[in-house]
Amino acid sequence: MKKTKQLLACLVLMALGLGTAHADYTLNLMKGVTQLSNELYDLHMLILWICVFIGIAVFGTMFYSIYHHRKSKGHKAEQFHENTTVEIIWTIIPTLILVGMAIPATKAVIDLDKVQDSEMSIKVTGKQWYWEYEYLDSGVHFESHLDEASEKTHRVSTMDPHNVPNYLLNVDKPLVVPVGKKIRFLFTAADVIHSWWVPDLGWKKDANPGFVNEAWTYVDKPGTYRGQCTELCGRDHGFMPVVVIAMEQDQYDAWVKATLDKQNQKPDLSDQTRNTLMAKGESVYLKNCVACHQIDGNGISGWFPALRGSEKVTGNMDQLIGFIQAGTSKMPAFKKLPDDELAELITYIRNAPALGNNVGDEIQPNKITPKWDDDE
Amino acid sequence: MTAVVAEHDDHHDHHDHGPEKGVLRWIFTTNHKDIGTLYLVFGLIMFFVGGAMALVIRSELFEPGLQFVDPNFFNSMTTMHALVMVFGAVMPAFVGLANWMIPMMIGAPDMALPRMNNMSFWMLVAGVLLLASTLFMEGGAPSGGWTFYPPLVFQNGKSFPFAIFSVHLLGISSIMGAINVIATIFNMRAPGMTLMKMPLFVWTWLITAFLLIAIMPVFAGAVTMLLTDKFFDTSFFDAAGGGDPVLYQHIFWFFGHPEVYVMILPTFGVASTIIPVFARKPLFGYASMVYATGAIAFLSFIVWAHHMFTVGMPVAGELYFMYATMLIAIPTGVKVFNWTATMWKGSMTFETPMLFSIAFVVLFTMGGFTGLMMSVAPVDFQYHDTYFIVAHFHYTLVPASIFILMAAGYFWLPKWTGNMYNEKIGRLHFWLSAVSVNILFFPQHFLGLAGMPRRIPDYAIQFADWNMVSSIGAFIYGFSQLLFVYIVIDTIRGGTGEKVSDEVWEDASKHSLEWTVPSPAPYHTFSTPPARIPTEHF
Amino acid sequence: MSEDIGQKNTKLVRKLALVAIAMFGFGYALVPLYDVLCDLTGLNGKVEGQAVQETAYQVDKSREVTVEFLTSLNESTPMLFRSEVKSMKVHPGEYYTVNFYAKNTTNMPMIAQAIPSITPGLAAEFFKKTQCFCFTEQTFAANEEKTMPVRFVVEPTLPERYKTVTLAYTFFDNTNISKK
Repeated sequence: MKKTKQLLACLVLMALGLGTAHADYTLNLMKGVTQLSNELYDLHMLILWICVFIGIAVFGTMFYSIYHHRKSKGHKAEQFHENTTVEIIWTIIPTLILVGMAIPATKAVIDLDKVQDSEMSIKVTGKQWYWEYEYLDSGVHFESHLDEASEKTHRVSTMDPHNVPNYLLNVDKPLVVPVGKKIRFLFTAADVIHSWWVPDLGWKKDANPGFVNEAWTYVDKPGTYRGQCTELCGRDHGFMPVVVIAMEQDQYDAWVKATLDKQNQKPDLSDQTRNTLMAKGESVYLKNCVACHQIDGNGISGWFPALRGSEKVTGNMDQLIGFIQAGTSKMPAFKKLPDDELAELITYIRNAPALGNNVGDEIQPNKITPKWDDDE
Repeated sequence: MTAVVAEHDDHHDHHDHGPEKGVLRWIFTTNHKDIGTLYLVFGLIMFFVGGAMALVIRSELFEPGLQFVDPNFFNSMTTMHALVMVFGAVMPAFVGLANWMIPMMIGAPDMALPRMNNMSFWMLVAGVLLLASTLFMEGGAPSGGWTFYPPLVFQNGKSFPFAIFSVHLLGISSIMGAINVIATIFNMRAPGMTLMKMPLFVWTWLITAFLLIAIMPVFAGAVTMLLTDKFFDTSFFDAAGGGDPVLYQHIFWFFGHPEVYVMILPTFGVASTIIPVFARKPLFGYASMVYATGAIAFLSFIVWAHHMFTVGMPVAGELYFMYATMLIAIPTGVKVFNWTATMWKGSMTFETPMLFSIAFVVLFTMGGFTGLMMSVAPVDFQYHDTYFIVAHFHYTLVPASIFILMAAGYFWLPKWTGNMYNEKIGRLHFWLSAVSVNILFFPQHFLGLAGMPRRIPDYAIQFADWNMVSSIGAFIYGFSQLLFVYIVIDTIRGGTGEKVSDEVWEDASKHSLEWTVPSPAPYHTFSTPPARIPTEHF
Repeated sequence: MSEDIGQKNTKLVRKLALVAIAMFGFGYALVPLYDVLCDLTGLNGKVEGQAVQETAYQVDKSREVTVEFLTSLNESTPMLFRSEVKSMKVHPGEYYTVNFYAKNTTNMPMIAQAIPSITPGLAAEFFKKTQCFCFTEQTFAANEEKTMPVRFVVEPTLPERYKTVTLAYTFFDNTNISKK
């Protein structure tokens, strides 16, 4: 009997100790890199300690009682069953504690909402299953997908995630922001609800289709900050990370210039070797198609059709191009793919051993017809 | 008067000489004890079905990388695990306890509406079977989370309308059960059993029943709107037609928050029934317990949006829902203090039901602490939708509701069967459960704080260690529950062989009426109202 | 007494069943209630779907508010959609017109509905539109491109703390729904 009691006491103390004693990365909230996230961290620690102290008081009393007031020790039960004074005290004290908590909490709520007076705005669109960023001032815009290494590794069971740096927390094109600037984020979604979270910034915000939410940040320290989508958004919810790189203003300006230059460049439509087409095609496939049609091209029965052995894929090339560009009621139109990527993709899906197709042909970027006339 | 009470329901006549034989007894029974047993057995089976789903989830999360299941099936598992545990295991188990115990605790011969009682049980079975059938449909079972958030829920395959109909059936079943409980408590109490003399389990169930009647129809309405949005071109939640997906979340959580209290209030009731018996003391603060339960139930209706702090609310809304939510800590605190005061200066013994009840008080309080942390809106911007909340609500459900259901099983099995369970195996079951449940859920706090979102089938390497620990805990916990099945079967078959007294536990009859009838409880009890009402809690 | 209990039970069941039915109705009543709440609090930046009469305000030349324009397409809505300018500085009380361009990129006619949203939500009630393509569904012929003006005013009563207001439109393809 004594042993069991000691065991229980040990367990609870250990549990409490673990929760509070080690404030390092894997156990506790991160302090983050903004004033706001630090404020929230302090608030978190304050409430945590309040809980720990109440816990020690309540559990301490309980275990004292369990130890001393037991029948096996010959303790006789007293028959009291109410005590108005005590009951009033233990109603009032928690109330006061709550008021004490509410004050800093209210300040933090208001701080979280101070979106106004920001110096730049970034629109964030959640899509199944990647993020799209648009800088309202400079016009930079791009999609941010899970990086290729993670994408492949989580789809191929023989690949070991331990070999992938920042497995599932890395993207092909991270969001770049300047430090020392108040940035306003505008969130929306194009299909279902997503939620954009970077723990180091201190908050997450839902991206609702048809509506716009806002939040702000002011990053103090240059660095790379990682997060994930936190609202269940379907099959690949676990595979749409967020990466934010904060850099000094001059580096940021250089990045904007370089990105804009690249964005305005016409795609390179010169001929490529078949191997290049296939290799690049795999990247395009991993980014745009794999979520539904899968790494082995088998699709998902009942949800997404297979590409393996599909008439549509291995048949007439022009029809295939038209099909990919136009989309269907279930598949988005991939007009956004420039001709070079489209050529790479088509060559890949018609010939990739991984998808089980082997038509034995190829198409060069300048052969892509019908072309989509983008008059923007 | 005796004869009159016995005949209060004419269709009851053929039962007067005891139960029928064979399967038909169970299909057509209107006896509250039979129906109680049906509910409890069904709840236990579903506990293992839901548990198996949880083990699929924990197996997949044992290591980083996708090993066993497809992400979509994983999402189906999290969705179905929640639905099965909430609507198939915990709620039916408490309805089973209500059926068995409420008439016996208030000195009534049966539930007020025995035929409806039978119907609500079989509707529950139909609803759960319909839900389970979606597992085999094209596109798989619902995978958008048990909350059915649109627009994601519309992407479910063929299963969508079936899941909705299943929710309708479960809702109707719950409402009928709740009406029955209220009618029984209002109209069937023995003379002298005033409301404030009822055992706390009866009180908490009364309040729970009102919650159910208030919220299940709202949930039914919400899912009906989903159904018409999908198939009849309404646009309640579709922005394209002027609707708003966030509206669904408001309606859902208007149901959802009271719903979680539907699972915890009867838990409080059972704990308040068990602890005094083993402390050999009256329950401390009976009246304040009743008022606290009422206060918690009331507050549950005005705090719903704390489930959606990050959805984009104006500051005033965030503040209101934060303050209102923090208030819940007060009546909940009162309850925990009362339980502690009940133990204080008692003469405690630690049989299995008491062990589970003490573990409940401690571990539920820990779940309460994390609940308090999350009520603070600004920090919830970090906690929301991470493993921190997974840890929180599992602490308030597994070592709380489930532990108390186990405690109730050990507590009343001798009364139900007339046999004593094996105390040694009972304690083994307790210690395995109590240790493993913490190995299972405590590390999830760390995972959440470190940044692991919930509902993901695969995760970054830095989350690997604690996920592995958690999964190991899950398997120990899951398999140790088989001990309970063994004990239940063993006890029905004779248990320790020791015949228990009417009271079973020392002086238990001072606390509640069920301990004044013979063990095992005869098929019909209190055909004549009890002569004396226990007033121990006064 | 058995009669009594039977009757009492029936009465109570009726009452409770009525409560249940009423609560089902209440679930539906939450829909308009929510809209009222949205109007009152600016929750979710929902915007009135109807044009307002152009009324003259006292123009506040001393104050400048930045209005940003966001354009989005839902799912695979096959369109091009952009605003003439990304943002503009406005004086409260003065009317402005800004053009939006949308193009149907398919060879089929299309019906689309633009859904407006204003951020911050609390500023929505001070943002009035006298003309907008979002008030009705827009029909596009195959490959048709449209220029769609939006005429708006920011009321001078807009609280000082709002310096940037964002007007967002998302086009939803309603072709399949509207045809029915």
